[in-house]
Amino acid sequence: MEKPVPIAATFEIEYLQYLDAEGKLVRDDLPAFARDTKQLVKLYQEMLMVRVFDAKAIALQRTGKLGTYAPCLGHEATYLAIGSTMQEDDCFAPSYREYGVQFHRGVKPRELLMYWGGDERGSNFSGPAHDFAWCVPIGTQCLHAAGSALAFKIRKEPRVAVCTIGDGGSSKADFNSALNVAGAMSLPLVAVIVNNGWAISVPRDAQTGARTLAQKGIAAGLECLQVDGNDLIAMRAAMDHALKRARHGHGGMVIEAVTYRLSDHTTADDARRYRSEQEVKDAWAREPLRRMKAYLMSLNAWTEDEETAWKAQCTKYVDAEVNAYLETKAQPVEAMFDYTYAELPADLLAQREEAIAWEKRT
Amino acid sequence: MAQITLIEAVTQALAWEMKHDPSVVVLGEDVGVNGGVFRATLGLLDKFGAERVIDTPLDETTIGGITVGLAAQGMKPVAEAQFEGFIYGMLEQIICHAARLRNRTRGRMSVPAVWRAPWGGGIRAPEHHSEANEALFTNVPGLRVVLPSSPGRAYGLLLASIRDPDPVIFFEPKRIYRQYKEEVPDDGEALPLDVCFVLRDGSDVTLVTWGAQVKETLEAADALAEEGISAEVIDVATLKPLDFDTIHESVRKTGRCVIVHEAPRTAGFGAEISARLAEHALYDLVAPVERVTGYDTHIPLFRLEMKYLPSVEKIVAAAKRTLAVS
Repeated sequence: MEKPVPIAATFEIEYLQYLDAEGKLVRDDLPAFARDTKQLVKLYQEMLMVRVFDAKAIALQRTGKLGTYAPCLGHEATYLAIGSTMQEDDCFAPSYREYGVQFHRGVKPRELLMYWGGDERGSNFSGPAHDFAWCVPIGTQCLHAAGSALAFKIRKEPRVAVCTIGDGGSSKADFNSALNVAGAMSLPLVAVIVNNGWAISVPRDAQTGARTLAQKGIAAGLECLQVDGNDLIAMRAAMDHALKRARHGHGGMVIEAVTYRLSDHTTADDARRYRSEQEVKDAWAREPLRRMKAYLMSLNAWTEDEETAWKAQCTKYVDAEVNAYLETKAQPVEAMFDYTYAELPADLLAQREEAIAWEKRT
Repeated sequence: MAQITLIEAVTQALAWEMKHDPSVVVLGEDVGVNGGVFRATLGLLDKFGAERVIDTPLDETTIGGITVGLAAQGMKPVAEAQFEGFIYGMLEQIICHAARLRNRTRGRMSVPAVWRAPWGGGIRAPEHHSEANEALFTNVPGLRVVLPSSPGRAYGLLLASIRDPDPVIFFEPKRIYRQYKEEVPDDGEALPLDVCFVLRDGSDVTLVTWGAQVKETLEAADALAEEGISAEVIDVATLKPLDFDTIHESVRKTGRCVIVHEAPRTAGFGAEISARLAEHALYDLVAPVERVTGYDTHIPLFRLEMKYLPSVEKIVAAAKRTLAVS
C-alpha cells in the first residue's frame, strides 16, 4: 500500500528477569519480598527438597516400586514461585508434574507417590480440598480453573484460580478456550505456561509460529508476560502481580515461564533419542537452584555446610514419606466401585458383590 | 392449572430450581437474551440475571470444561448443548473429568452438573441436528443418562437431575418438544431417577422404548389392542443406570419383548437390554427379542429421515413377529 494504513492494534511482550544464570542481579528494583533473605532461603530449601524427592521417585520407579513417573527436574523455581504466592483458598489446577506448588500447598510426598504408584487415594490429598488433582488429558485443567474462577466471580469471593500447562499444551483447544473465556468474562484466572522446551519429543518451535507463548493471551484480552522461569525472584514478582490484579477484579493473566526440562518426559521416555547432549548441558548452566544458591551465598545467607546439612534432612524426610507410601496396602477390590456415584445404583451394587465374591472364591 | 408442553416443562423446572437453589446456574450458547434456540431458557435471564444465566463464547470445549470447574467448586451448573450433534466438543471433559472426578479423588471432589441437549431426529433439521447418540454415554461409568418423554416427566426428571450429586446427561426429545400439552403442577416435586415408567399395562408383549419413540410405541399399542393384542409399554426414562427389574418383571408376564429406539442398532442401548434379557430372562421368553431401531447408517437428511426412524407400522410388525412364536 502506498499510503500509511492506520494501526488497528499493536502489542509487546515484556520479559522479566532479576537473577541471571550466574545468580547476579540484573535489575535494581528488587521487590519487597526478595529483600527478606530468610524467606528466600526457605524457598531455596523447598526447591532443594523437591529436587531430592524427584531423584528418589525416579529411583523408586527404576527399582519397580513406583509406576511411570513424570519428573520435574529444572522446574523448581517456577513451581515454588506459584506455590508461595497463592493463598490457601485460591484454587490450583495442575497438569501432572507441579510437585513444588503442591508440596508448598500441603500435598504430602507419600500422596504423590500413591498416585504414580497406582492408588487413587493419592488424589484425595492433604492439600486444599478445592485444588484439582493431577490432570493427564493435556490442557483440560485450564477450563477447570476457568470454571472455578467463574464460580468465585459469581459468588463474589476474592479468590483466584491458577492453572499450569506446558509449551505443548498451549497448542490445545482447552487452553485457548480457557484464555478466551477468561478474557470474555473477566475471570480471576492466572494461566502459567511452563515452557520447558519440549513436549515429549517435539520442540517448542514445532508447536507454534508465535514468537512467544505468552502472547497467546493477547488475542483473548489478557495481560501477558514472559518470565525467566528459572529465576525464583522474577517468577514470584510476576505471580504476585498476576494474583493481585486478578483478585481485585482486573481480570486474567498469562505468564510464560521459560525453563527447561532437564529430565526425560517421564520414566517411560528416553530424551537422548531426540535432543542433543550439548543442549542439555547448556541448559544445566541456566538451572534455577545453581543461580539461587550463588545469589544467597553472595549475600552470606547460605553456606556449603548448611546445604549439606539441609540435603541430609531432605533425604531423611523423603525416605520417611517413601516408607509411608510403601507400607500402604492396596485398597480392597470393592474400592473400585465405591466412588463411582454418590450412592451406588442397584446394578453396580450387584457387580460390587460379584467382585467381592470372586475374590473370596475357594 | 396451566397446560404446558415438554419444552415449557423444561423451562419451568429450571426456573423452579434456580429460584430455590442459588447455586444453580444455566450456561450455554444463546441461553440468555435469546432464551435458547428452542426457548428452553426463555425468561430466565430476566428472573435471575446474567450472572446465573450465562451466554458463553461459541465453543463447546469451553462449555464442557467450565461446567466441570463450576461444579467442582460447589455450583450446580446446567449446561446446554445447543444440539446433541454439537456435544462431541464436550466429550473429553464429560468422560475424562465429569464422570470420574468423584472416583479419582475418592470423593473429595464431584461434579453435580447437568448437560442438557435437544436430542433426536424428525424435525426436518439440518445436518448434525438429528442425532440419537445416547449410547455414547451409557458406556461411561459415573454418568447418568436421562431421556424424558412427556411434559410431566421432563419437569420431574430435570428437577431430579439437577439435584442429583453426580453428572447427568439429560437428552430432550426435540420432536415432541411442542407435540402436546399436559398439566404439570409447578410444585418442585421431582420424579425418581433410575426407574422405568410403565405407561400402559399389557399381557401379551412388552414394548420397551424411550424419548420421542414413546409416541409411536403407544400408538402401536393402540393399534395392537384393536386386533386384540395386549401390549405393555415401558418408558425406560433413565437409561443409565438401568432399572432392569421393571423390564424383567414385565417380560416374565408377557414372554415377549420388542425394544424400540431411533439410534443405530449395533451397540445401541437396545443391545444392552437385549443382552440382559438373554442373561436373566431367557427362560421367561417365548419368542426371540425384537429390536426396532434406526439402521446402522447416519440418520439421512430430512427427505429420508422418517424412513430411518422407527414407525408405528414397524413396531406393530415386530410385535406380531414375536406373537407368531408360541
